[in-house]
Amino acid sequence: MSQQTIDPAKTALNYHHTAEAAAHHEEHPDYRLFGLIVFLIAEGMIFMGLFGAYLAFRSTLPAWPPEGTPELELLLPGINTINLISSSFVIHNADTAIKKNNVRGMQMWFAITAVMGIIFLAGQMYEYYHLEFGLTTNLFASAFFVLTGFHGLHVTIGVLAILAVLWRSLKPGHYSKEKHFGIEAAEIYWHFVDVIWIILFGLLYIL
Amino acid sequence: MTQAQVQETANIPAQAEEPGIRKWWEYFTFNTDHKVIGIQYLVSTFIFYCIGGAMADLVRTELRTPEVDFVTPEVYNSLFTLHATIMIFLWIVPAGAGFTNYVLPLMIGAKDMAFPRLNALAFWIVPPAGLMLIASLAVGDAPDAGWTSYPPLSLVTGQVGEGIWIMSVLLLGTSSILGAINFLVTLLKMRTPGLGFNQLPLFCWAAFATSALVLVSTPVLAAGLILLAFDLFAGTTFFNPTGGGDPVVYQHMFWFYSHPAVYIMILPFFGVISEVIPVHSRKPIFGYKAIAYSSLAISFLGLIVWAHHMFTSGIPGWLRMFFMITTMIIAVPTGIKIFSWMGTLWGGKLHLERPALLFAIGFVGTFVIGGISGVMLAAVPFDIHVHDTYFVVAHLHYVLFGGSVLGIYAGFYHWFPKMTGRMLNNFWGQVHFVLTIVGLNMTFLPMHKLGMLGMNRRVAQYDPKFTLLNEICTYGAYILAVSTLPFIVNVIWSWMYGPKAGNNPWKALTLEWMTTSPPAIENFDKPPVLATGPYDYGLEKAKEGVPLSDADPAVSAGPNSVLRAEPDEPYPSIAAEKGER
Repeated sequence: MSQQTIDPAKTALNYHHTAEAAAHHEEHPDYRLFGLIVFLIAEGMIFMGLFGAYLAFRSTLPAWPPEGTPELELLLPGINTINLISSSFVIHNADTAIKKNNVRGMQMWFAITAVMGIIFLAGQMYEYYHLEFGLTTNLFASAFFVLTGFHGLHVTIGVLAILAVLWRSLKPGHYSKEKHFGIEAAEIYWHFVDVIWIILFGLLYIL
Repeated sequence: MTQAQVQETANIPAQAEEPGIRKWWEYFTFNTDHKVIGIQYLVSTFIFYCIGGAMADLVRTELRTPEVDFVTPEVYNSLFTLHATIMIFLWIVPAGAGFTNYVLPLMIGAKDMAFPRLNALAFWIVPPAGLMLIASLAVGDAPDAGWTSYPPLSLVTGQVGEGIWIMSVLLLGTSSILGAINFLVTLLKMRTPGLGFNQLPLFCWAAFATSALVLVSTPVLAAGLILLAFDLFAGTTFFNPTGGGDPVVYQHMFWFYSHPAVYIMILPFFGVISEVIPVHSRKPIFGYKAIAYSSLAISFLGLIVWAHHMFTSGIPGWLRMFFMITTMIIAVPTGIKIFSWMGTLWGGKLHLERPALLFAIGFVGTFVIGGISGVMLAAVPFDIHVHDTYFVVAHLHYVLFGGSVLGIYAGFYHWFPKMTGRMLNNFWGQVHFVLTIVGLNMTFLPMHKLGMLGMNRRVAQYDPKFTLLNEICTYGAYILAVSTLPFIVNVIWSWMYGPKAGNNPWKALTLEWMTTSPPAIENFDKPPVLATGPYDYGLEKAKEGVPLSDADPAVSAGPNSVLRAEPDEPYPSIAAEKGER
């Protein structure tokens, strides 16, 4: 009884690629940002699971790190931490730049962030190489490698995302004052990785 | 209003094309339409259900006699492990996602999911992961450490099988997280104008609670499985006591997902039942807000009670007390739902000839039994007594079969006309219902007794004094296997030759019935306008179409507005009050 007008033309399978469909999604400009945040909540919960497991292992053993584990050097990871925290400020400049329609400025700040991220990864590699324990030495060593490695994987993904945005921004007019979700997404992801590292650094090196 | 007048007002061409009808092969190709993906989910998970069910029947055949005489103990271990993994990760959880995919955008008046391509990706992870799991049988090293895969057992049962298990569960978890992100964004950002949260159909509330639960709990299982994989392949000792690790940490991480998972498996079907019961008993739902908010309460409580699966694993006494009390508290929101459904059924005009309502009533009945044995298990002393016995098996099957699976069937009978444009045969649906209820109770009711007498689960060989009860269970399992046949035949036959359903065969009021059956691509021409609440059956205002939103009246009266079903069957007590009887 209750029915609607039907446009038979809409039965085309590729309807999602039509301009009308695109216009529909433009009606909801903030849904992608919301989706990203929801995704990062899930990502954060993986790290929360790993952190919880780390604390649980720590609480079951009498000494932590277990007897005989070589001391962790603080200098290199400390520099790395400062590097990563400042990169969060650097990437924020890109957002400010694109909001002023300054694509070149955005590209510069993104490039600097990518370099800082690569420096972070290189520092982590250097640290791994010079550590006096391996993955299977003891529980602390295993947890150390799994946690920092899993975070390093996320930094790698972040760097790749930034490079992808840079590649896209080479096409004139791809990003503008009004349309720059890719830039925002890469920035928010980078902040997320940064926050996780701060917790990680506190847990593994300081606590 | 006559049909002709309605058509004139709504500007419907008299000879409307059937816009949503698709060729069968379109359901087996990559597609971004949420309706196709929903059916893809439902069909593929049903195939996995049949495979998992066949495994269950093999397990029961082995248990028909006390001796090990049908399969070897190794194969037996693989069979019950795969049965549980398939039924949980490849049938009930993705079937819930299938219903949500199909119905959620329609119910909120959206054109599609927020991220259609992500949606397709989430589905296409499922079949490969399932096939990989089943293919492990052919490799000769199938996972056989139980669906919980507790270390240290799972670290010594074979790397290949366990690795396959971890891989498939990680993939399926990824799929359900991606789905949940999509559902949450769609529900919160893409509702039709004027559709407030308190006018949402209850299925949407349930989908919201489920997605939030998936989002918070599934990643923790992923973290646990990553650590387990390191133990298995890289020689670390996170969960291996010989290297200083702690297997109980795995149990915590596992159950932090897998306890909420039982609510991930049941909440969507609470939503389905809340849709089915008011429609087919022609009454407004009793306690709308109570049902809606109790879903949220269940998700929250479900997250903080995981350790009640671990009462015997040596956790401290005060912790056991905490988990016992919080677990029992979950009975409160669940009971609210049960009483709301019974209050809705009470005095309603029940269409008992429709299988959807039969399954819904069957759901309420068997779920109550499962819920009661759940409260019993929450009590620490009783749990210690029946730990790892068939009582636990009986409880979980009453909840998951008598709850979730009957809910899936109820939803399937309810939405089949919308999905295919054709009606299912009522008689064969009733046969299906009777066989299912008989088989279900015959299989799982004796297991309570077996468990209390002390028969262990996961054993291929048992004391001969349990033979009689086990035989009853086994023959019940065969009836369950047979019960799916009328369903399969009915669905295939009706899909091809069934009578045309029309747009709204049940005279329902939720938005998914306000478009063609099956709905065209992009569902609605214009965002639909609400004329009544979702459950105003038999009320006066449903007849008039009172706009609940502040939408422009010209729009709601215009040619593209949504016309509400006329309540041809008034709610009896209202009719009686007015002296019309």
